Amino acid sequence: MLIECENLSVHFGKRIVLGDISFSINPKEILTILGPNGSGKTTLFKTIIGALQPSSGMLRKKPGLRIGYVPQRLHIDETLPMTVRRFMNLPGGHSPSAVADALTNAGVPELDKQQIMDLSGGQFQRVLLARALLGHPDLLLLDEATQGLDHRGSADFYRQIATVREKLGCAIVMISHELHVVMRQTDRVICINGRICCQGEPEIVSNSPEYQALFGLDEENEALYLHSNNRHTNVKQASYA
Amino acid sequence: MLDDFLVRAMLASVGVAVAAAPLGCFVIWRRMAYFGDATAHAAVLGVALSLALSMPIFAGVLVVCLLMAITVSSLSGRGFAMDTLLGVASHSSLAIGLVAVSFLSGVRIDLMSYLFGDILAVGKMDLLVIWGGALIVLGLIVWRWSGLLLSTLNPDLALASGFKPKQEQFILTIALAIVVAVAIKVVGVLLIAAMLIVPAATARAFSHTPEVMAIIAACLGAFCGLSGLQASYSFDTPTGPTIVCVSALLFIITNLVLKIFRSSRFTASST
Repeated sequence: MLIECENLSVHFGKRIVLGDISFSINPKEILTILGPNGSGKTTLFKTIIGALQPSSGMLRKKPGLRIGYVPQRLHIDETLPMTVRRFMNLPGGHSPSAVADALTNAGVPELDKQQIMDLSGGQFQRVLLARALLGHPDLLLLDEATQGLDHRGSADFYRQIATVREKLGCAIVMISHELHVVMRQTDRVICINGRICCQGEPEIVSNSPEYQALFGLDEENEALYLHSNNRHTNVKQASYA
Repeated sequence: MLDDFLVRAMLASVGVAVAAAPLGCFVIWRRMAYFGDATAHAAVLGVALSLALSMPIFAGVLVVCLLMAITVSSLSGRGFAMDTLLGVASHSSLAIGLVAVSFLSGVRIDLMSYLFGDILAVGKMDLLVIWGGALIVLGLIVWRWSGLLLSTLNPDLALASGFKPKQEQFILTIALAIVVAVAIKVVGVLLIAAMLIVPAATARAFSHTPEVMAIIAACLGAFCGLSGLQASYSFDTPTGPTIVCVSALLFIITNLVLKIFRSSRFTASST
């Protein structure tokens, strides 16, 4: 067990952002945390990395746990000159070959001399991934890592993530609000909206009434949902064939 | 050698420049330019306080600048936008300082020398304070470099790497207060922000990493200090403002030349 939460709650003033969260993260698994905007996904991440303190409950980490963190849409001020190589070595201590390996594992081996400012959204996300891989993490946290990427870009990125897990054997927790994009790459899904609504394998969660209620897929929309869902499976089958 | 007032002035301007310019890089990267201004303006109040309590100017200014910086950072995000808060704090502290000085009827003070600096009157003791402060600021920046830089890039990234962004912010605040306190004699409270920002902004164009930018900024700052001193001697102009004029001129020329160079290269490559 890498991380174990028990009845974890986080309050901002009187507002309860997260209540009664209990789950654990196992070595080498890919877990997706799913929820609408404002459901507390990022708050949960910030609590795990230690940026926020839980108001009550327990958060246990395996001793010596190394966490790699890929933040949501990072903005680098254009007044700050920064090459990819320098950014990778911040806070430093990595050999040139370790940096090159990490960039290769993230799928961008040739970018090391570029200015961060000049990278495309997809390239920058991979550089962030490479930087998170440098410390040989046991656990990789990805916060909406594909926001701002197009469909193809996100699909490529998630394939890279799956490769990373195979190669490096770290557990991966990602935040998303699009189950259909991450479905194929994830082992387990936790749906949250201030509290845990449902969890389990992606197929089970996507068919559960809690999940459908959470994303507004109630009976009124069911016809539409079924329609688009069927089309989705068709598309998927087509792409597998 | 130190008996020559010009030599003392040269050493003083170099001392301020090498501390202010690298710190100025952080001021630029974190978009704190107005914050620096507000801290500097509060220094007048510090001068009044030191004169009233007859303690060293350096100590009074340091305390008031720190109080100012801490007040503003702790008030931000509580119902006021940062720039509104700074606008209020910056000008009211300057005004309160000026009023407070006028109450000190017993002491004769030359207010202009605090507003615009009086580098030619720098004594051996002042020199010691300036270089002591400058070395402390440089030491702080070098010591905390990675943490400062990563917190500037993204606080969450810094936290995940085991740094404490709030603590790094506090270190910058202390460094800023020290720079204001030592620079007051050289350029005065109204122009301190220029010593922070202008050399760093000029250095941006030549830099591909943060370290290079900080080093170039320090060199440019020292160069502007010395040539400003020279110009003020030749043209008999006030020294602090002349140093800032030289820095500004360098900034404008650099950017114009680079713009022309780049556009000509662009047309050459596109034809």
